[in-house]
Amino acid sequence: MSNAGPEGAVPPAERGDGGAGLRPAGADAGQGRELTLVEAINDCFHVELGRDENVMVMGEDVGRAGGVFRATAGLRERYGPDRCFDSPLAEAGLMGAAVGLCMAGWRPICEMQYDAFSYPSLDQLITHVGRYRWRTRGKMAFPLTVRMPYGGGVRAPELHDDSPEAYYVHKPGVKVAIPSTPADAKGLLAAAIRSDDPVVVFEPKLHYRTMRGEVPEGEHVVELGKARIAREGTDVTLVAYGAMVPLCEQVADTMANECSCEVLDVRTLKPLDEDALLASAAKTGRVVIVQEAPRTAGYGAELAAVLAEKAMLDLRGPVIRVTGYDVPYPYWQIEDAYMPSVERVARGVRKLLDY
Amino acid sequence: MAQVIPAGRDLRRVIGDGDAVPDGEVDGLTEHDLLELYRSLVLLRTYDERSVVYHRQGRIGTYAIFWNHEAMQAGSVYALEDEDWIFPSYRESAIGLLRGMPARVILQWWRGHPSGWWNPADYNVASICVPIATHVPHAAGLAWGKKLRREPAVAIAYFGDGATSEGAFHEGANFAAVTGAPLVLFCNNNQWAISTPLSAQTRAEALVDKAVGYGIPGIRVDGGDVLAVYEATREAVARARTGGGPTMIEAVSYRAAPHATADDPSAYIDLARVEEEKKNECVGRYERYLERLGVLDTATAEQVRAEAADVLRQGITEAEAEPPADASLVFEHAHVDPLPSFEDELRELRGG
Repeated sequence: MSNAGPEGAVPPAERGDGGAGLRPAGADAGQGRELTLVEAINDCFHVELGRDENVMVMGEDVGRAGGVFRATAGLRERYGPDRCFDSPLAEAGLMGAAVGLCMAGWRPICEMQYDAFSYPSLDQLITHVGRYRWRTRGKMAFPLTVRMPYGGGVRAPELHDDSPEAYYVHKPGVKVAIPSTPADAKGLLAAAIRSDDPVVVFEPKLHYRTMRGEVPEGEHVVELGKARIAREGTDVTLVAYGAMVPLCEQVADTMANECSCEVLDVRTLKPLDEDALLASAAKTGRVVIVQEAPRTAGYGAELAAVLAEKAMLDLRGPVIRVTGYDVPYPYWQIEDAYMPSVERVARGVRKLLDY
Repeated sequence: MAQVIPAGRDLRRVIGDGDAVPDGEVDGLTEHDLLELYRSLVLLRTYDERSVVYHRQGRIGTYAIFWNHEAMQAGSVYALEDEDWIFPSYRESAIGLLRGMPARVILQWWRGHPSGWWNPADYNVASICVPIATHVPHAAGLAWGKKLRREPAVAIAYFGDGATSEGAFHEGANFAAVTGAPLVLFCNNNQWAISTPLSAQTRAEALVDKAVGYGIPGIRVDGGDVLAVYEATREAVARARTGGGPTMIEAVSYRAAPHATADDPSAYIDLARVEEEKKNECVGRYERYLERLGVLDTATAEQVRAEAADVLRQGITEAEAEPPADASLVFEHAHVDPLPSFEDELRELRGG
């Protein structure tokens, strides 16, 4: 297994991409500090490990190095090497050990260093994590959290760019959340840690350091299963999660003279907030789903199916998907051709408006 | 420090053959202990033999036979304390009997009834693990988690020779070694993984040699000798409990029965060898040992067998008396917080 570390994935902030630093909507509201997305995750860890002595973090390079993205920085020093544990390089073993730790009363958080490095652990996730509580007929809880950076656009070597959420969503017994703002990165992770069900959290690594936003201090929990209207609009709903949410907000800005776009941030892929999806579809009558993962049987297909089953009479046109392609994630020199762009999403919106 | 017995060296063995090979003994075991071990062996043997019959009668589903594996299970469990955790594979499906689990529960597991799923914390026996070796990391994690909590519990994971080829075995063993987890890695080397012989599984001279790679001690023992298994496990458990970390035990035996009720080994196994092994099967070996020792008489043996037969008779009667599971149970227990979609799906299931 590759262990490319931070030098493998060039932090977007150092890529000369304008470095404007995205600011999520509503970033100025509320009590808190302005943090980057990865700082918000680190803040969450410090709060949650301080709050519950059964919570522990384990993963490759999470301790001494503080994580290759520094998400776990300072935890080993503050809470000791047992509660911020540098694991051997063994993703399946790590996840399997976490199952046993749950049986011993711990609430482990497993860091998978990168999206595509998590695949060996799918064995444990599929055969045990999502099934063990059921096996005990609900008598034992398996409150483990899996978290990992996901997604492309960071000019990284192969297999540092995947969007594997559909594999996880498809697995019964686990929940899946993907934040798109620093505040949600903290709040959804806190909800995952506190949940007695296994939860997988994907973090948009593209925005680890490029996005800053207001993050509530101290305890901050965003309830699982609640979507968020990132942008109010009336003509078309852009449905997205993770790194595609700020992209959709850019689309809304770019197209402001043509139409009014609503942006729905799904936040929790499982359980899906169907009410929020259907309400927005009913309001605008047009839905464009934006997903970075390959198209076929991706999460967007599930969203489209829900709309087909439950929103038919509200829709004025077909549900449009703008997604990654059904190809291996490309070499980084041409990765931008793969990623949904403002222009590609805008074309999807225009196609729907013209229907 | 690794203390691996060289592969060429004899297996640890206590029970002789009543002839050229003299009987040994295990220090600390009383006559009561010897008879308790006998009870365990007979209970497991009875469970196994009755289960094959129940399967043929259509009263349980496909069943993984453990005939001639009883010494490995009974001997090792006798070396544990109640607080110690057992992680069985399907080959040890009935090991909970040795922890007071009713036969009804295990029979229901093989009948596909939900009441066959127990709460592991009630017996400190984890759920039966079906995918090979994937429970080894669980045992490592539990053992390490107990150690972190300064609780004295030890874990034991049972797996077969085929399991040592799996990544999960390696990751679990290594994880336990690195964390110093109080774990016993118990390899039941019955020399067959369904139809694949050990020679096609590994080039290692002995499976216990793998312990060297993890920097942990290994013990190689005769898996048909309940006393040798007990003694080896006692040593491993004592080391684990006093902070010495994991030990790998390779118990060498022979699968003298089909892999499962759905298997026909005549296609791949040497039947003459099977017949040879059957003559030396582990329950009879121990019976003869106890008789030579003057600890077991015919009346006691018959009484022990009758008690075990009663346990099984009662178990299958109780299992068959349980009402069938309600179909709505399919939505139960996977989540603490059920998915909102379950409401609609349950309505659909009920024909709505």
